[in-house]
Amino acid sequence: MTVSHAPPQSGTPEISVEKAPVAAPAQAPELEPLTSTRARRTRVPRWLRRTTGPLLLLALWQLLSSTGALPPEILASPGTIAGVARDLIADGSLTQAMGVSVQRVASGLLLGAVIGTTLALLSGLFRVGEDLVDAGMQMLRTVPFVGLIPLFIIWFGIGEAPKIAIITLGVVFPLYLNAYAGIRGVDAQLIEAGQSLGLTRWGLVRHVVLPGALPGALTGLRYSLGVSWLALVFAEQVNADAGIGFLMMQARDFLRTDVIVVCLIVYAFLGLLADLAVRLLERLLLQWRPTFTGQ
Amino acid sequence: MATDLHRPVTASGAAADAAPETAPSTAPETAPSTAPETAPATAPETASTSAPEAAQGPAAVRVQGLARSFDGRRVIDELELTVRPGEFVALLGRSGCGKSTLLKILAGLDREIDGTVLVPRRKATAFQAPRLMPWKKVWRNVLLGLPGRPGREVAEQVLAEVGLDHRADAWPKTLSGGEAQRASLARALVREPDLLLLDEPFGALDALTRLKAQRLVGEVWQRRGCAVLLVTHDVEEAVLLADRVLVMEDGVIAHEVTVGLDRPRDLTDPRFAALRGELLDLLGAGPGTAHAA
Repeated sequence: MTVSHAPPQSGTPEISVEKAPVAAPAQAPELEPLTSTRARRTRVPRWLRRTTGPLLLLALWQLLSSTGALPPEILASPGTIAGVARDLIADGSLTQAMGVSVQRVASGLLLGAVIGTTLALLSGLFRVGEDLVDAGMQMLRTVPFVGLIPLFIIWFGIGEAPKIAIITLGVVFPLYLNAYAGIRGVDAQLIEAGQSLGLTRWGLVRHVVLPGALPGALTGLRYSLGVSWLALVFAEQVNADAGIGFLMMQARDFLRTDVIVVCLIVYAFLGLLADLAVRLLERLLLQWRPTFTGQ
Repeated sequence: MATDLHRPVTASGAAADAAPETAPSTAPETAPSTAPETAPATAPETASTSAPEAAQGPAAVRVQGLARSFDGRRVIDELELTVRPGEFVALLGRSGCGKSTLLKILAGLDREIDGTVLVPRRKATAFQAPRLMPWKKVWRNVLLGLPGRPGREVAEQVLAEVGLDHRADAWPKTLSGGEAQRASLARALVREPDLLLLDEPFGALDALTRLKAQRLVGEVWQRRGCAVLLVTHDVEEAVLLADRVLVMEDGVIAHEVTVGLDRPRDLTDPRFAALRGELLDLLGAGPGTAHAA
């Protein structure tokens, strides 16, 4: 019940009664200045602050290598690694391996994304789909997908197929789970509003359910990307004759820690690039969402 | 603006999740409301249900013997309600008395009902929360669900009517509470409704914004001439805006108070205060009971 229009005469005496005891102690409270966060933030540029940590680590590594505390057969020095990387790029073996690996991830990711999204739509939008699909997915998801490699080799041989299959399998589940949760988590009030606006069933899916599920689906995609590189590492250690994993296996046989580290860096770099792409996609598709950016 | 064509809100106990029927393609809804256009589509449906009471004159809402239960508990029980075309009716009641349920039924969102409910084909709802789709810009929100492919200028026109044309390109989450509520109102108005259903639309606004929004709704109603059913728990708001105030209790319309004051209404008018007091008494929250509660 609102009483926003209470008669004024009842309000005035009350205020004066309340004021009297407050006014009595004339002691001034201690004041402290609230500093602006803007001033603090602009002092050191963000990119500099963010690169300082890794650079310090790199410097420490180089120092340990130069002083001999870190022998090269355990871990090569950053300087050596940079040189090896330059050589590998110059003779084309690294770029070729990267091409093969990226192609594997892309195929597996695409296949997994299509399967995962389709299944999520089926079980998210239709109750029949949920009954048929979800139970099976929840069951299969507990199987460690890497454990299926032997089975996949028997089924698909040792060519590209088992490698792509392993990546696909790893990608499907995070995407499915998040997209499905996204669809089911769409605000029921918005659905009701859409109904009251006269949207058809398909209109509701298109204008309300799918855009509402997008944040969840994109989170799933980011998880999937992480898993896809992980799956690639596993897949490429099995009977590979090309790719970064193959390069690494070769380097292991010759105790070349420098080449191994270069390959690891390439993995990390590719993963970073993929993550950047999804972030960009998020920024593009989720413009409407005001996000907390931290302090 | 007045139309006596009605479409019954069909009960659908079994298919609870059935989507409401959308506007049939026979009648372009954005066209000026010439009643005959909709006649072929609705005549067969209304003939059987509304024939007996057709003699009572035009109505924008006609409800007879309406009942709605939740888990065996009757929230609405044999409710009767008639709203005349162009009439502004406020519906008061304590929380949980079923007034929001009634509004949902009239909006066609709740169809697990018994009884007869006749509402205009063109009706629109504004909810307590603005319920704008956060992923659509304001002007796209306004046009959402309209048949055909209406242009942006349609949205801008109605946004101008609620004083929000400058925010047409904004994302809903960047709007203030009052702005979002006005966008929600624009989204309802663009449908040119014969019946506008308002579910506590000012409940979440601060006092000053609420006063402005109330005035806006009053102006829009006078300009458009549509029937309005305003569900509220604010007695003052009801007396300020409505021609007739209904008080809901135990699932039926228990009391009815006609507000005969001239518009624009003056909050300081003693007759205004008298009506307010009367309604507060009916709600069991009069001056005598206020402090006890």
